[in-house]
Amino acid sequence: MSALELHDVEVTYERRGRESVRAVAGASLIVERGQIVGLVGESGCGKSSLARAAVGLVKASAGEIHFEGREVAPLTRRARPRELTRLQMVFQNPYSSLNPRRKIGSQIADGGGGGRKRVAELLELVGLPPNAATRFPHQFSGGQRQRIAIARALAADPSVIVLDEPLASLDASAQAQIANLLVNLSRELGLSLLLISHDLAIVRHVADVVSVMYLGVMVETAPTRSLWEVPLHPYTEALIGAVPLADGSGFLPEALPGEVPDPAHPPSGCRFHPRCPYAFERCPRDEPPLLPVTEIRRAACWLQEPGGPPARPAERAAQLGVAARVE
Amino acid sequence: MSEPLALPRFRRRPRLRLGPAWRQPLAIAGATIAVAWFLIAIFAPLVAPYDPLAQSFTPTQAPSGAHLFGTDELGRDVLSRVIFGARITIPIALLLVGLAAAIGGLLGAVAGYLRGIADGLVMRIADLVFAFPPIILAMVVTAVLGRGLRNAALAIVVVAWPSYARVVRGLVLSVGDAEYVQSARLLGASARRALFRDVLPNIAGPVLVLMTLDLANATLLLSGLSFLGLGAQPPHPEWGSMVATGTQYFQFWWMGTFPGLAIFTAVLAFNFLGDSLRDVFDPQTAWRSEDTQD
Repeated sequence: MSALELHDVEVTYERRGRESVRAVAGASLIVERGQIVGLVGESGCGKSSLARAAVGLVKASAGEIHFEGREVAPLTRRARPRELTRLQMVFQNPYSSLNPRRKIGSQIADGGGGGRKRVAELLELVGLPPNAATRFPHQFSGGQRQRIAIARALAADPSVIVLDEPLASLDASAQAQIANLLVNLSRELGLSLLLISHDLAIVRHVADVVSVMYLGVMVETAPTRSLWEVPLHPYTEALIGAVPLADGSGFLPEALPGEVPDPAHPPSGCRFHPRCPYAFERCPRDEPPLLPVTEIRRAACWLQEPGGPPARPAERAAQLGVAARVE
Repeated sequence: MSEPLALPRFRRRPRLRLGPAWRQPLAIAGATIAVAWFLIAIFAPLVAPYDPLAQSFTPTQAPSGAHLFGTDELGRDVLSRVIFGARITIPIALLLVGLAAAIGGLLGAVAGYLRGIADGLVMRIADLVFAFPPIILAMVVTAVLGRGLRNAALAIVVVAWPSYARVVRGLVLSVGDAEYVQSARLLGASARRALFRDVLPNIAGPVLVLMTLDLANATLLLSGLSFLGLGAQPPHPEWGSMVATGTQYFQFWWMGTFPGLAIFTAVLAFNFLGDSLRDVFDPQTAWRSEDTQD
């Protein structure tokens, strides 16, 4: 039994007077116990919606979400069932995720009993002194607030924490500290983390497994190392190519042509085909399923075949005789 | 495990950063006049030179050393009547603003919390009240209930609660979606618990501002109703009714002018006070910079 399983989850937002938007259009994801799973993709691809659906903050319009074998029900007015509180979330902006009018200790104590001693333990766990409990959020920097938000999530003794862009609003040194903290916590406490980020460099260093999302669907899932060595999906390849490197080689990151399409009007067939340099006849016609290319890797691309062999999109395109489009 | 970080030196938490607000002249003026009126209301018998009801002087004397504001048509000292008028207007204004805020706030919180039908119902009733000019509706209510100070006050509560309902509902909806509320919910707090612990404390500021501004409206409405003869009845020294009497004796200008000035200064002071409080609570105001330190 996996810690957190999402199967074909869809999240639809109803808009008054206009057609609804399917922000997540059938995404599957598995987080194993103690694993750090990175979820990457451009802004607006549905990462945050998926994260909110995973913990029950928004209702999934289709699909199944299971936490330790138990179905995750969307929040109602009642208190969340106790077993579900072991599934926690940390938000992007630590300035809006802490109540400005309550002391840190009181907010952390929301997560369960244990009193002051437990609060001090949790603060120590995230690298803050115990006297932080008696202070208010505005007395802390962004990085410290994010530590507090993590301590609050830890208060519920979670087995899985979903982190929605936890580093995006922090400066570079705070990002590194929080990233290290997360890895250490995961190793020490056996925590599973679903780390959502658009920062591939950090995901590469932190995550065990990476899922790549594009316009509401998963396009590739693979162990981090092999994903970076041989990306199977053209979108993954483009994302990795867009990471700037400070190696002095004068290499400029490659930009992906075009914009993310409007999720209310996704392209036909493969959602990536209008921006894909290798798109061929089949791509606008049929939507590729997320199929296992090897035992541990999945990709949703017509260039790849179930059972492999895994190869970069350019190589596969050459083998299949697909001419790459030059932009 | 990373090393515990040294926390930066903490300034003591300024709960409300009033400092810069007090540098604004309007805030100072508003606070001074309002406090003066409160003190006059409390110590009226000590401050007033004569009994406000005693008809013991020559009627319609112009202002003089003995009667600073003159005397009225029945030989009562206008200054004493204005001073005792504060005892009627200010406590009633405070009371009915509190009452309106309590009723409107409760209804608004319920509407924002329950949403759906309850929300629609409360907000449509509020819209209904908003559809009428406040003074007209208050007149109708007083006319139905019968004239008198208590009924006039009740009428003002009827007119005043919807603005609280609307503001509190809006704030409950917006603060209810805040991430810190969602975090509390994920940690196992029920919606009701989150409402009381995380939502309501965060909307107290704007409601307080509204109450201060409403104090001015309530004062004005109460005087207006009394002016029209629906509120305080003779011989009560109510400012509005004194102005009404003054209009009948235009040649004796002091009879209406001084109670009118009392209304003017009290209303202006409450407005200044409310405006400066709003500046304190409004994060958009320029001087209120974010005081976090990295």
